[in-house]
Amino acid sequence: MFAAIHGDGDAEKLLKLAQEFSPWVERTTADTVALDVDGLERIYGLPQEIAAALARRAAECRLKASVAIAANLDAAVHAARGFAGVSVIPHGDEAKFLGSLPLTLLEPTPEMRETLERWGIRRFRDLAALPELGLAERLGPQGLRLYQLARGAGDRLLVPVDEPLHFAEETELEYPVELLEPLAFVLARLLHSLCARLTSRGLAIAGLRLRLLLENRGEHARALRFPVPMLDASVFLKLLHLDLSANPPPAPVMRVWLEAEPAKPRAAQSGLFIPISPEPEKLELTLARLKSLVGDENVGSPALLDTHRLGAFQMLDRPRPLAPAQRAPTPRPLAASASLRAIRPPRPARVQMASGHPVHVQAEGVRGHVVSSAGPWRTSGDWWTTDPWARDEWDVALSDGALYRIYCEQGRWFVEGSYD
Amino acid sequence: MLAVALGREFQFRINRAEAWPSGGFPQGCLTEVFGPASSGRTSLMLAAMAQAVGREEVCALVDSSDAFDPASAAAAGVALERLLWVRCGGNAERALKAADLLVQGGGFGLVVMDLADTPIETARRISMTSWFRLRRAVEHTPTVLLVVEQQPHAKTCASLTLEVRRERVAWSGTPGCSQLLRGIRVHVDRRKPAPAAAISFDARWL
Repeated sequence: MFAAIHGDGDAEKLLKLAQEFSPWVERTTADTVALDVDGLERIYGLPQEIAAALARRAAECRLKASVAIAANLDAAVHAARGFAGVSVIPHGDEAKFLGSLPLTLLEPTPEMRETLERWGIRRFRDLAALPELGLAERLGPQGLRLYQLARGAGDRLLVPVDEPLHFAEETELEYPVELLEPLAFVLARLLHSLCARLTSRGLAIAGLRLRLLLENRGEHARALRFPVPMLDASVFLKLLHLDLSANPPPAPVMRVWLEAEPAKPRAAQSGLFIPISPEPEKLELTLARLKSLVGDENVGSPALLDTHRLGAFQMLDRPRPLAPAQRAPTPRPLAASASLRAIRPPRPARVQMASGHPVHVQAEGVRGHVVSSAGPWRTSGDWWTTDPWARDEWDVALSDGALYRIYCEQGRWFVEGSYD
Repeated sequence: MLAVALGREFQFRINRAEAWPSGGFPQGCLTEVFGPASSGRTSLMLAAMAQAVGREEVCALVDSSDAFDPASAAAAGVALERLLWVRCGGNAERALKAADLLVQGGGFGLVVMDLADTPIETARRISMTSWFRLRRAVEHTPTVLLVVEQQPHAKTCASLTLEVRRERVAWSGTPGCSQLLRGIRVHVDRRKPAPAAAISFDARWL
């Protein structure tokens, strides 16, 4: 069963009104929308009551609209466009009901219209009364289509509007909220609503954008991106809570606006022989908690930079799971390497030299005679940039029993770390 | 059980394999590795991490004093993209909390808490409650919790305690002329359980 709403107001308003009742809405013309109302009888009852509900809602939205319900989509559209008020067309009586409508509603071509006018055909009933075979012989398929429409027997399918998905919720608070705990209650409600909407469409959330309107007319915006789409309101709430704890709004909150970025849900098949790795949701939560504990810049996965400068690395956001194609069947063999414990930043030192070799090293927490040494290893690089480096490195074993790497750069000595 | 380190260049020789046949770190338990500076603790730690990430597990390192050197780890065979590094800026209390969060979060094959550069006085002030909490958190999980420090502090909470000491430093070349630091020979003794049946690993890096 289909309903059609024809109004002379804003087309977008008509569309939104129809979408309140059904997800299957067609924008038929600029001033008419049609919707599939199958199933609404469980909520509203008889077709008359569905039509009345639509008309009532249109009136609430201050839309001057006519509503029609019929088993046939085109019949409903023509009735809505031709009759004022509410029309309910009984199944099987479409031709009789639409009979008084002018033929112009069928929008025939100018030639067809002229021909029909010459024949004295001006209303639906006149056209419906003509013999079908004769009409097809004289006017062809186009004439036959008009004949079917005039009898309310069209077989067109509803073409639903493919609106871009937009998932946002907002709420205005009765009084300014200063603490995070009461704000969390509001966020929980919005998140549950968003998750329910996304669940109904089989989608998950790839990111969240939060906008808080503050009492001082300012705005506090936060954005969260997730490595994999998730759909767990409690995880989102924890993440937002942790983020707001680390970046609290500067003034009490008056209005909350939350938008979710939809994405296809993650499909993962676990297996008995797959190595253990953190679940993305739990990992995200753990990372957020760690970041709130030690700071954003101190949590991540290290990555070496493409340079010979010692100790050069960058922090990536999180460990990267290996794709199945990347997985090596056997563990990598271990390679011999020096295990250095870095001292950050390198500790300034006083080094005594004798015969070109260090004989005594003194720095904060490091002091001793050099028992044995190797070096100097002269290294340099980045001389083509504004940040060049050149230094002499020494490996020294001190009398305190430890092995250190020291270096001299521009006449100043530093302890870079210890071998362990 | 996790194999500590097996490889052509970085080899562990088990002196008495019958007492500790698997030669690894127990899952779901707290393991302590302790020793003085330059004793080989970090080499042992990196070897364990390399083995874990080699099995495609994800590792986490809670670095109390920001001493982790990614280049050394990469050279030791640690796939850095499988490692989560938490730098605690010298704060042992934060390190404990971070380790607790990681173990509670689950899914990590190996969680290492590096307290090797934490002053002994500070490490000694860590309450037994905290160690018990860590032990309880890691229980019944497939995670290996490894604590690297200068002295053992977890006491009864540790299921396995290894003492690491350096036997000698390997130099090559002529002293004072063309000498080269080749590596260190590391000795690992099991202190707990059953100190009488202690096992020595001869870890040699050359």
